[in-house]
Amino acid sequence: MAYTEDELKKELETKEYEYGFYTDIDSETFPVGLNEDIVKAISKKKNEPEWMTDWRLDAFKTWKTMKEPEWSNLKYNKPNFQDISYYSAPKKKPDLNSLDEVDPELLKTFDKLGISLDEQKKLSGVAMDIVVDSVSVATTFKHTLEEKGIIFCSISDAIQNHPELVRKHLGTVIPKKDNYYAALNSAVFSDGSFCYIPKGVRCPMELSTYFRINQAGTGQFERTLVIADESSYVSYLEGCTAPSRDENQLHAAVVELIAHDDAEIKYSTVQNWFPGDKNGKGGVFNFVTKRGICHNRSKISWTQVETGSAITWKYPSCILKGNNSIGEFYSIAVTNNFQQADTGTKMIHLGKNTKSTIISKGVSAGKSQNSYRGLVQVSPFAENARNFSQCDSLLMGNDCGAHTFPYIEVQNKTAQIEHEASTSKIGEDQIFYCNQRGIDTEKAIALIVNGFSKEVLNKLPMEFAVEAQKLLEISLEGSVG
Amino acid sequence: MDKFINMLEINNLHCKIEGKPILKGINLKINKGEIHAIMGPNGSGKSTLANVISGHEDYEITKGNIYFKGQEINELSPEDRAHEGVFLSFQYPVEIPGVTVTNFIKTAINESRKAKGIDEMPSSEMLKKIRAKASLLEIDSNFLSRSLNQGFSGGEKKRNEIFQMAMMEPELAVLDETDSGLDIDALKIVANGVIKCSHEDNSVIVITHYQRLLDYIVPDFVHIVMDGRVVKSGDKDLAKKIEEVGYDWLKKEKS
Repeated sequence: MAYTEDELKKELETKEYEYGFYTDIDSETFPVGLNEDIVKAISKKKNEPEWMTDWRLDAFKTWKTMKEPEWSNLKYNKPNFQDISYYSAPKKKPDLNSLDEVDPELLKTFDKLGISLDEQKKLSGVAMDIVVDSVSVATTFKHTLEEKGIIFCSISDAIQNHPELVRKHLGTVIPKKDNYYAALNSAVFSDGSFCYIPKGVRCPMELSTYFRINQAGTGQFERTLVIADESSYVSYLEGCTAPSRDENQLHAAVVELIAHDDAEIKYSTVQNWFPGDKNGKGGVFNFVTKRGICHNRSKISWTQVETGSAITWKYPSCILKGNNSIGEFYSIAVTNNFQQADTGTKMIHLGKNTKSTIISKGVSAGKSQNSYRGLVQVSPFAENARNFSQCDSLLMGNDCGAHTFPYIEVQNKTAQIEHEASTSKIGEDQIFYCNQRGIDTEKAIALIVNGFSKEVLNKLPMEFAVEAQKLLEISLEGSVG
Repeated sequence: MDKFINMLEINNLHCKIEGKPILKGINLKINKGEIHAIMGPNGSGKSTLANVISGHEDYEITKGNIYFKGQEINELSPEDRAHEGVFLSFQYPVEIPGVTVTNFIKTAINESRKAKGIDEMPSSEMLKKIRAKASLLEIDSNFLSRSLNQGFSGGEKKRNEIFQMAMMEPELAVLDETDSGLDIDALKIVANGVIKCSHEDNSVIVITHYQRLLDYIVPDFVHIVMDGRVVKSGDKDLAKKIEEVGYDWLKKEKS
């Protein structure tokens, strides 16, 4: 029988969140609420040096004076920050050398996610620093990386073992008081990843972190710091899944990238947090600050595939400080049901002959709202800056929205800025054409959306491109109109 | 085993789109191995017929039946009809940005195989077939890696339709004004492609306004459709007469 739009809708509504399960791991959770004592307690719990505690307290002081931003094209009930527990760690604080020592419940969770560490280790050559809730429990491939002088560990470990590197770079790209969520993160970040690539070293494998939110009602405040020293190269991937829970889960991460002269950092994200149910109930609130700084002749590429979260507020950006540096942003954001995304980038051209490329693809279905917000700024000293931006939106059905908010600020006459934008709709004629060739409606939508997203999918590391493509198909649950 | 002779049989077919009756009692019988041409003035229901045969859901069948290979297919979805062997060469092929011609045809073929419980076609076999059919239609390999119909000229779009037909090897091909927008050289290539694909086990319906395509694809039968009915059937000479004198005489004959 023919597959009608209504049937499609019905089927989509009943589709459960693929990774909607909850693992019962013995956790230790702080009482809800946030004050100076909690900040101190987090720092103490992690056995941090005094400078780190002071840094956090300073951030907390600033945060208290700040207001939650309201300029985005997002509607939601603001989280009650006194109603969140700011620390949660698996109780059996591990000091593990092998997987055998990991909580078996946790391993089962990974199995369900299809990211069995063992398999990952053997097959894909991917080193992973896994964050379950807030504390790293297993780090693989550490030794291989160590031989090259690469440091890849949790940020907590880095604070203990490489305090000089952390202290020198932390907060230099995203200052504590940068914005409301960054300040909050600076005060209470629980864990995250740290990566340092020494001069002239090409990291031989993709570095990957799987973040998961596990403890109901626990906010996640990861802190990531990636430093690529002169003439080094690293490709980094973060991928996320979270159990399906009723209450909103707040997530406010900070990612800082530093590319020294002639270095290159490729940072890819596949984000699939619980988007809420078909009525818009639940789902993760994702307020992320990501920024990289490029020194001379260096390059930073952000690639993101955003399919999850109820609310996404995220603008991975590049400060092109060095001459001849390059910034890139490739993004696919898919929203469905009641999801809202306000995402884009900032390209700040400071150095001479700096180049930036922005390719943003938004796919909206259901009653969702999908906004691109981007800034291209050329300073008076940035001779011969060039930017190319392309923002394409694809709509499914009649109840969703696509919005584009491009900001262009040019203060140097030699700049060349191009901006292209398009909005299209998956047409019934396209679907019928595919149907007539034997391709059913669901497959047709997947094909059309993959075609639409191709320029961005092509930028993902090979291993993850297939995964991302699958994720698009799962999330796509759009209707045709 | 029952061997069907009737490829397509349409009995007293009535259909509506958005409440408006378009087909008002079409009768048509097409046997295996035959080529039928359907002609008629604009708005007479030719393209509607093509869409109804393919299962387009905007068209509501209010009366009558369509049998394909002896099976009634009134309620069959477009994709199932495609799996059974119905192919429509679109009058206005749609664009699908970012999906290459190769990727599209590969997906189409493998989806049909999947529906029949056959494994995906091995890449080497697929590649060989693509090369053979592309050369049949004088298509070069650059063309195959372009986005489907995006920026194609009218001629390229039609050639691509026939290329897909050649790849999918349907039992019934409906060519909806495949000649429109083609210059004479392209017309010859396309017609030649159709001829080479046609054999005693498949059938072709050629919908056209003009006799000239029928000089190359010579029909066994010609049907004239006016106001949602077949008003006259004949052989290829009927098409020639239409070309010379138009349709007016048929209107008179009808009344």
